[in-house]
Amino acid sequence: MSDIFLIAASFLASSVEMVEALTIVLAMGITRGWRSPLVGVVAALVSLAVVVAVLGPALTLIPIGALRVVVGTLLLVFGLQWLRKAILRASGYKALHNEALIYEKELHEASSAASAVRAGLDWYGFTVSYKGVFLEGLEVVFIVLTFGSTSGNIPLAALGAAAAILIVGAAGIAVRQPLAQVPENTMKFAVGLMLTTFGVFWSGEGIGVQWPAADGAILGILAFLIVWSLGLVTVLQRQRERQLVGVGG
Amino acid sequence: MGFIVSFLAFLYDFVVGDDWTVAVGVVAALIIGAALTRTSIPTWWWMPVIVALILTFSLMRATRSAR
Repeated sequence: MSDIFLIAASFLASSVEMVEALTIVLAMGITRGWRSPLVGVVAALVSLAVVVAVLGPALTLIPIGALRVVVGTLLLVFGLQWLRKAILRASGYKALHNEALIYEKELHEASSAASAVRAGLDWYGFTVSYKGVFLEGLEVVFIVLTFGSTSGNIPLAALGAAAAILIVGAAGIAVRQPLAQVPENTMKFAVGLMLTTFGVFWSGEGIGVQWPAADGAILGILAFLIVWSLGLVTVLQRQRERQLVGVGG
Repeated sequence: MGFIVSFLAFLYDFVVGDDWTVAVGVVAALIIGAALTRTSIPTWWWMPVIVALILTFSLMRATRSAR
């Protein structure tokens, strides 16, 4: 059961980050030519591979109990951030992530940016692509390594991420425009719930909590967090409506 | 020096994000949870409940400042 969650969580998280990185690379490629942005993508992937090569083996050296506390805590903080933003977006307190709008903004900035050639590359196209892919990829690496190492199955977590990268990458190449139809905010909500669930479970195990039904408790925690989060969305939506009516009246 | 400062700022933003009370709340919850596991009280309920409350508190702070 937790294997399915492991793949699903890393697939969803990676898909969301991949969609965001794709928007940046597409905007750079279309406005500034493909060579420099693609070199930026490759350079970012090499940098991410170095991060994985250094951190991956280091994580396996930490005793599992300590690893679960540390990783569980990080996942909890990280997951709550995602969940918090997703609830604020769903309830109208924060603007929805709009890939089409971000793409237009990137296109405008890229077409008006000055052209500086360094080492035979258009530096703007290279650095923006590099930064976009590296920073979005870093979140994927973090999720895959933490999920994988704590559950003792980094390859399975990496499989979910690789599937997401292939599917989103192929879709991006096919349509040559940002994947605005992807329900990104819903996916972020789901990822936030999964990260928080695993964070609660693993950090709890790390501090010595005896979960009822062992791994089965993951489902219970997830169900509780779904109900609680949807309840918060409903309460905040009503609060937002009352505030808007108050401002309007 | 500038690189270290900007790296630490990036790390803070990456892990802690918009609301530092979430990180502080999680660490405090784990310390209290670890203490509870040393008693005879069942502790499985503690983490899900306190995490839900931390989330609620953080959202209340965010929506209050949005008014």
